Amino acid sequence: MSSEVLQAPLVLEYPFTRSTGPVIGAFLTGLREGLICGIRRADGTVLCPPQEYDPLTAEPLTELVEVGQTGEVLTWAWNGDPRPMQPFDRPFAWVLVRLDGADTPMLHAVFAASAAEMSTGMRVRVVWRAEREGHIADIAGFEPVRARKTA
Amino acid sequence: MIDVAVVAFAQRQEAAISGESEVEFMVPLMEQAKAAVGLTQSDMGFTCSGSSDFLAGQAFSFVMTIDGTGPVPPISESHVEQDGAWALYEAWVKIQCGGIDTAFVYGYGKSSPGSLRDVLATQMDPYYVCPLWPDSYAVEALAARLMLEGGHVSEHRLAEIAARSRASAASNPHAVRTESKSVAEILAEDYAVDPLRPSDLPAEADGGCAVVLAAGDRARELCERPAWIRGMDHRSDAHTLGVRDLTSSASARLAAHYAAAAGDKVDLAELHGPFTTSEHLLIEALGLDEDSTAINPSGGALAAHTMMASGLIRIGEAASRIWRGDGDRAVAHATSGPCLQQNLVCVLEGD
Amino acid sequence: MSVDRAEARDPLAAPAALAAPVTLPPALAGAEPVESVCTPIRMTYTYTPGRALSRYLRAMADKRILGERCPATGQVFVPPRGVSPLAGTAISEVVELPDTGYVDSFNITRVPIERRPDLKPPYCSAWIVLDGASAGFLGLVINIAPEEVRIGMRLRAVWKPAEELETSAANILGWAPTGEPDEVITDYERIGRIEADPT
Repeated sequence: MSSEVLQAPLVLEYPFTRSTGPVIGAFLTGLREGLICGIRRADGTVLCPPQEYDPLTAEPLTELVEVGQTGEVLTWAWNGDPRPMQPFDRPFAWVLVRLDGADTPMLHAVFAASAAEMSTGMRVRVVWRAEREGHIADIAGFEPVRARKTA
Repeated sequence: MIDVAVVAFAQRQEAAISGESEVEFMVPLMEQAKAAVGLTQSDMGFTCSGSSDFLAGQAFSFVMTIDGTGPVPPISESHVEQDGAWALYEAWVKIQCGGIDTAFVYGYGKSSPGSLRDVLATQMDPYYVCPLWPDSYAVEALAARLMLEGGHVSEHRLAEIAARSRASAASNPHAVRTESKSVAEILAEDYAVDPLRPSDLPAEADGGCAVVLAAGDRARELCERPAWIRGMDHRSDAHTLGVRDLTSSASARLAAHYAAAAGDKVDLAELHGPFTTSEHLLIEALGLDEDSTAINPSGGALAAHTMMASGLIRIGEAASRIWRGDGDRAVAHATSGPCLQQNLVCVLEGD
Repeated sequence: MSVDRAEARDPLAAPAALAAPVTLPPALAGAEPVESVCTPIRMTYTYTPGRALSRYLRAMADKRILGERCPATGQVFVPPRGVSPLAGTAISEVVELPDTGYVDSFNITRVPIERRPDLKPPYCSAWIVLDGASAGFLGLVINIAPEEVRIGMRLRAVWKPAEELETSAANILGWAPTGEPDEVITDYERIGRIEADPT
């Protein structure tokens, strides 16, 4: 009898459809409409992406505000080996990006040709998907904002 | 407070245990731990385990593993979807409630059928983060760059941690990454997920462990030198990555404070740092002095990272050294979640 | 301190914190709100069944059914798991079982299962005790109208054609009545229901 280990492909799928509630729903509505929302905390700072409750104080948050579509890369990691389901099928950078007008960063991806193009503190701009449905992936990713040459 | 001690421990870790199911490789470990103190399942006042069905893609796998305890007559039992260290915490609390003086705890994981770093994306925020599928190495790499560029740690220091783990692991038969490498060799490695190198990443393993706890005189009967749990606490940081300071671990610091880890000299510490960056943060957060404390004499989770068991294995490794007289006071630590989100600290002492 | 019942909060009312309406930025005024989002999870594995199930599945390719005997109680379990679910001990004694047995219990399913279009309702799932086994396992009863299935009915496995056999439990297409007299079930203790009672 063969002693080779039997194996079989197994795919586990959960076709989740999640209720959003009014806060996450507003953020996703914004994405569909091509804008990005944060939410104001008691100390006046803006949490983006927005949460229903302040993650540090548990206070309910209700005031959604529009933030910018450009921002600053706070940290990045080069993903030279993109994996299935990730935003791009070619190498890219994961980033924590703090959008202008927001005080906390969000995790997303930056299109860049190589790690040499990436740096902490660099400016990036949203790249929207053409077809948007109200999903975090309506943001295709971010692209570097090239500094304008001045005379 | 009832004095509770770790009195028995058995473990197995291998890069991949492909020929055996989880219950098949756990039953011998369970028997080994119980036999070490001459107990059977019917002697156990409580049984608690930690595991996750997502690792092997086997729904309700923990129910099948309960068969391995021999639940006849029906046993008092519980399960956590956490590292087995949290199961040990539950068992310790159960003993504190009174009425029992023994407990059996185990944790296990068989991650090799899937891709663990990708499976772990499912623990992220399900609206904003998981749909992008950032793998666990990428998320830690984001924290690593904040630490490196913020001056909290150097690449050289991370390489030292990696080299030390490899050197210590050489004498640990359960470690899977034991090949010695110098700091210079590690720094010469190409990045795996820039800024992390392969030696900064955990050596993923399949396996598990089993532990017996006993209280007071029962512990003294069962074990010549019980490893008494003198303090234990666990804390969690926020789930939202964006509001956390990823260059330190507030929850590990607080858990260490309430476990009174810094109360006296610490002979050895077994830290569940899956990455070199996490081990560095833990040494800081727990206030450990590397000159007087042996850090991860087993090689730690860098040398063998068995999801859902690595934290409990740290407690078992620390307790084993107390039994052997390699130390009188040890700190064991377990973590869970991205970037050290949850942390458990357990202080063990010999008489 | 007494609590004025009239002032106590209605336990079914939404918490006050959730009742506060959110305010939207002007650009979203009038936009149809998103209320749900589809975030499927998909993970791929290479499943390995372990020692006992591998042996069981290999035998399936030869139209043989393997069980295991518990060293502590002598009971025979199929499919084998490598461990006695009663004694908690590892099992190594393999027992070959015939492909005949009887209906211990059954149900009739009248709703379709989305990903099993091959299962056409109504169909009968039975808990089948093989001759020589101490506990049942799950199978489909076929070649008979579901309403005619009864407890005690004798069954035999219907196997796939020889050229289609694999290392898979799917080799058994279902279980068909043999026409033998029904099993008279008197031994309700056969599954070891469990004499060990500490009280």
